[in-house]
Amino acid sequence: MQIFLHLFSDYTLRTVAIGTAILGIVSGALGSYAVLRKQSLVGDAISHAALPGICLAFLITDSKTPLVMIVGASLAGWLGILVVTAIVRNTRIKEDAALGIILAVFFGVGIVLLTLIQKIPNANQAGLDKFLFGQAAALLERDIKTMGIISIMVISLTFLFWKEFKLLCFDPTFGASLGFPMKILDILLMTLIVIAIVIGLQAVGVVLMSAMVVAPASAARQWTNRLAIMVCLAALFGAIAGVTGAIISSTTAKIPTGPMIVVCASVIFLFSLAFAPNRGLIWQSLLKKTKFKPEINEVDPK
Amino acid sequence: MSPQIEILLVAIIVSIACALPGVFLILRRMALMSDAISHSVLLGIVVGFFIIGQVDSPILLIFAAGTGVATVSLVELLHRTQLVKEDAAIGIVFPALFSIGVILVTRYANNVHLDQDVVLLGEIALAPFDRVTILGLSLPRGLVVMTLILVTNLSCIVIFYKELKISTFDAGLATALGFSPVFIHYGLMSLVSITAVGAFHAVGAVLVVALMIVPPATAYLLTNRLSIMLAISSLVGTISAIMGYFVAAKMDASVAGSMASMTGICFLLTFLIAPKRGILAIIYRRFRQKWEFSQTLLLIHLVNHEGKENEAEECNVNRINQHLSWNQTFTQNVILYAEKKGSIQIEEQILRLTNRGREIADQAFAR
Repeated sequence: MQIFLHLFSDYTLRTVAIGTAILGIVSGALGSYAVLRKQSLVGDAISHAALPGICLAFLITDSKTPLVMIVGASLAGWLGILVVTAIVRNTRIKEDAALGIILAVFFGVGIVLLTLIQKIPNANQAGLDKFLFGQAAALLERDIKTMGIISIMVISLTFLFWKEFKLLCFDPTFGASLGFPMKILDILLMTLIVIAIVIGLQAVGVVLMSAMVVAPASAARQWTNRLAIMVCLAALFGAIAGVTGAIISSTTAKIPTGPMIVVCASVIFLFSLAFAPNRGLIWQSLLKKTKFKPEINEVDPK
Repeated sequence: MSPQIEILLVAIIVSIACALPGVFLILRRMALMSDAISHSVLLGIVVGFFIIGQVDSPILLIFAAGTGVATVSLVELLHRTQLVKEDAAIGIVFPALFSIGVILVTRYANNVHLDQDVVLLGEIALAPFDRVTILGLSLPRGLVVMTLILVTNLSCIVIFYKELKISTFDAGLATALGFSPVFIHYGLMSLVSITAVGAFHAVGAVLVVALMIVPPATAYLLTNRLSIMLAISSLVGTISAIMGYFVAAKMDASVAGSMASMTGICFLLTFLIAPKRGILAIIYRRFRQKWEFSQTLLLIHLVNHEGKENEAEECNVNRINQHLSWNQTFTQNVILYAEKKGSIQIEEQILRLTNRGREIADQAFAR
């Protein structure tokens, strides 16, 4: 309880809470689309691929302002996706292996750059390695401002293209027959997902950010069959996981932020898996006992 | 042995030990399982450490391998509830286990040499400092452990070669012949887990993935034979390890990161210049097909008008483009191409077929 009172009085804690709430909301909402389109592991590749982007952005601009980091990370993440697409389209290597290649190689390059940067005699480089596991306590007001503005843009674009993205998730062929430019929409949605991942890197870290895309969305999926409710719930779950994890990590010594946030998100997921009405495991076993066959409506028509 | 050579040896053995089971992961479309397992073995190592109290006891290997297999089972369990798709199940299970592992490490195991950086990067540069004495020889522990793992992997693959091969390429046939796919599946997963634990100390969680996936994927572009693929993967792994080590030493950067980058460069080069499957080969083939096809069209046109009264008009060098509806320059290029290939001759501004040209046209008709 004390902690929650501190939220209103303690400046640092408030900044951290707002920051992680933003990242939870954005990654939860956009994660819903990734999960529904069976691209859960793309987030894993993107977040790892972002590391060399962050390092290069720092090497080129010599600044650690959040905007520079976000642009660098997004470009690298996008490059990663392009390479995955090129590999899958031109060779017989399957998507899972292509994702693995990008994830590991980009991350390796990032680690090399990171060790090189750490050798530079420049006080400014300190803290770049915080991008590995994230450090919410290091969030500053300027970070929050940048994150906030970008998140508002991402969320409003999601609302603006609501029905287009819905079509893209559930019936892209129908969408194309209606005359929507599905390819462009695909690229737009992918870009939004990349940005959603990149925003959270500072707090959660490149290693575990993918979980923030998958876990809240998969949890939300258990409670509803409607896209709108799923996106809102996922955003809420993401925010709760983010704030709880960040607060525990900032107030307790020696607990890294990223892993703590991921643990919170996983707990929410487990809870949903067990207790969600209709789909949840407990509900289903109750239904089975009373000899009712549960009617599981798939959102996904496939 | 000098420390450099010892580090290099460990690096080479790690990369070969990873590449061998990696081949089967790629072929079975389970590449990302290596990602999941290599992360979650951390939890096994940490829990094992709390129970045994030693960070380098061989019993830790068993704990970690158990965690690896548990990860696979958890993913399957989640998937089987039909509430989550398989990719989402993987994406939830291993970050959760890895997170718990990282939290435990940072919070309770700070005085041991297991920290965040080791988790991600391993400690291959420290390999020569941790030694054991076997048969009077003082060897780096990493070298001994990884050699044992390599021998295990190699002998499992040799002993169960045909079982692995059949169940990988034709699971139905394997079941019909009476092999248990479940046994082979979990056996392979245990191998991957043990390898991941051993390699974990050397190269860290994420870069194990690089050594397991990238060399086999490179080999996959070069061959259709399983045995050759295993050999090429090991070779690519070795080359990456050697180059990675020297580049890292030159730039004073992370050895593990540099090895992973080198696997990437090997893959990129192969992706570009592999015979048959490389990008350049594909582009060249498409380019050649375009000219071959145009030449055939031209020859067919010539055959149609050969000996007819309008031959002089239809087959005139300067006007044939109108009859084929091609543009002027393109037509000139096709004529040059065909002339070079010896399928046509130009006699007094009129295109004439050679015997070779007639053959090509006949073949096209025969199709």
